[in-house]
Amino acid sequence: MSSFNVPLLASSTLVPPPALCFDDVAFSHEDKVLLGPCSFNLDCTGPTLVMGPNGAGKSLLLRLAHGLLSPTQGRVAWSGHKRPRQAMVFQQPVLLRRSAVANLTHALAVNNVPRRTRVKLAYDALERFGLTACSNTPARVLSGGEQQRLALARAWVLSPQVLFLDEPTSALDPAAIKAVEAAVREFHQRGTRIVMTTHDLHQARRLAGDVLFVSGGKVREHTPAEAFFDAPASREAQAYIAGELVE
Amino acid sequence: MKKMLSLLLAGVTSMGLAFNTFAEEYITLASTTSTENSGLFDAIVPKFEDATGIKVRVVAVGTGQAFEIARRGDADSLLVHDTSGEQRFIENGHASERADVMYNDFVLIGPADDPARISGTQSATEAFAAIADAEATFTSRGDDSGTNRAELRLWQNAGVDPDGDWYRELGSGMGPTLNTAAAMDAYVMSDRATWVAFGNRQNLTLLFEGDDVLFNQYGSLLLSEDKHPHLKHGLARQWHNWLISDDGQQAIAEFRVKGQQLFFPNAK
Amino acid sequence: MEKNNNAFDVALSLLLNLDASLFQIVALSLQVSILAVLIAAVLGFPLGAAVALWRFPGRGAMIVLLNALMGLPPVVAGLMVYLLLSRAGPLGEWGLLFTPGAMVIAQVVLVLPILAALSRQKVEELLGEYREQFISLGMSRPRMMPTLLWDARFALLTILLAGFGRASAEVGAVMMVGGNIEGVTRVMTTSIVLETGKGNLPLALGLGIVLLFLVMLINAGAYLLGELTRRRTG
Repeated sequence: MSSFNVPLLASSTLVPPPALCFDDVAFSHEDKVLLGPCSFNLDCTGPTLVMGPNGAGKSLLLRLAHGLLSPTQGRVAWSGHKRPRQAMVFQQPVLLRRSAVANLTHALAVNNVPRRTRVKLAYDALERFGLTACSNTPARVLSGGEQQRLALARAWVLSPQVLFLDEPTSALDPAAIKAVEAAVREFHQRGTRIVMTTHDLHQARRLAGDVLFVSGGKVREHTPAEAFFDAPASREAQAYIAGELVE
Repeated sequence: MKKMLSLLLAGVTSMGLAFNTFAEEYITLASTTSTENSGLFDAIVPKFEDATGIKVRVVAVGTGQAFEIARRGDADSLLVHDTSGEQRFIENGHASERADVMYNDFVLIGPADDPARISGTQSATEAFAAIADAEATFTSRGDDSGTNRAELRLWQNAGVDPDGDWYRELGSGMGPTLNTAAAMDAYVMSDRATWVAFGNRQNLTLLFEGDDVLFNQYGSLLLSEDKHPHLKHGLARQWHNWLISDDGQQAIAEFRVKGQQLFFPNAK
Repeated sequence: MEKNNNAFDVALSLLLNLDASLFQIVALSLQVSILAVLIAAVLGFPLGAAVALWRFPGRGAMIVLLNALMGLPPVVAGLMVYLLLSRAGPLGEWGLLFTPGAMVIAQVVLVLPILAALSRQKVEELLGEYREQFISLGMSRPRMMPTLLWDARFALLTILLAGFGRASAEVGAVMMVGGNIEGVTRVMTTSIVLETGKGNLPLALGLGIVLLFLVMLINAGAYLLGELTRRRTG
């Protein structure tokens, strides 16, 4: 999926990714339409927060965008010729049954990074995410917050142009949430386009550049953050912000 | 994990040592469990090896299976005890030559209290008839071995068609059949060699012996060079000739278990 | 009870006296079974992982077949290998019948389905957990295989031991293709059959106790090794 060129240094900025286009995309399972049909373009700098109530189809939209699932109708495409380099952080981080550092070197090996540079890149990322002390600890005995930071570090070493995050903080305590949000900002500053789902309104206010609002399997609106939080265009988003129960 | 792998590798490398014993000259001999279990080969094979430098690898199975192994060309030489079967084997072109080597005899074994009263009988025919009349439990090998074939001939002589609850066909070798007989307090026909060497007699004892029809002739066969050109015919002939030579015959005569001579050389 | 005491005495004296022929028999048993299990692992683990990873026509039938072959009677495996290696058989030219090599082949036939079927199950379980992350990382199926096999290493070690247990405990196959030739193809289990045939029940049971002791030793070693590594790498 991703072809790795020369790994980028942490300080340098990334080539901005092409726009992500959802063209009449729908996803159904056993004759039930779970998402769409919907069409939109993601070409803004973000971070894009995908918001909406539980079960609205946010995770599904993210998986379609990342290519983990194929739409049953329509097309998900990137403008231009090449897929951008991308990574994803899941609600429950999926970590290999190996040490923290081995999880990072594995991701680099998979992306054909030469053996000699793997270890250095891995330790740099562990340091950046405050995980140096547990670099040799088995990844699966780390705390929930540490595991999520390790998943972020794994995404970091891949220098993705686009990073998808699916409710990355929903199972974490406030201190860990703070660390994850700081990391997200750092990715953003490096030039990675962030697409992240959350159902936490406050988190969205803290992070969002623009908001994609989803409810009942439909994309209701795509609005710059300030405008969205001031006066959402769709009735569903208005109700959601007002704190009403929205399906 | 790596440690384990290196341990395993060490094990495998040392395997080369065990497998290396192939370089020397040897023949594969298909023979019967009775000769192997009695310990005869342990006594005579080393003397042959000293004389010729040829190793003998003994595959001990029932006579029926021994014929089959030889027929398929999987053994270089054959030493069995079923004279009529051996002659048929030659007639069918599987073997080229046969020689008498030695004999031992069959004996009738049974529970010490002898419910069928066979210890007083005058002939094997009478003894078998007495067992059938009393319907005393009898365990048969039932495995188409030389002993099994001889036993069936003796039932025929006694005019008995062995059938019924008292007659148990086991489909086992001589030793397992004796084990079963000991557990069931049953009559059983055994070759003397296996019986004398047998260690789990419990209540069993020797009840009848000495009739000429219990004579058990062993023959050595040389296999057909036409059918099996790949076999080690030269080495097999050395073994065959040694068995019927004075040295071989003497080695057989000297073999004793518990002070008893079990095999009687009778090469012509 | 008296007989059991005899057997334990016999087992103990066999071990303490380091009887040379016993040592040879034990060494051959271990060599044959370990080599067979290693060969079966090299073939069976990737096979199991491949069946877990790929969808192809006949996959279901293959899984059923592998599971069924786990219960293949050793004597049937022995008969198949015998007919294959016999001079009159297709591989007769190799001259392997009645050699340790033939015993290794027979045991590979017995152990391979166990390793493949159980590793297929384990790898498929792990794949269910890892799939999205793997796709996200852009991994191809061939690239997933080594990652999955390595991450399943503790389960695979247990499966390996199960395979070793089957290989070292069976008698029907090695008896048939090895011939129980003294000093060449005589292993623990065929010795036990032989001694039982001679009516030397205490000696047979003593050999059985030695065999059990060895298998326990290997299992304990593997367990300790697994625990140590698990603690270090998780």
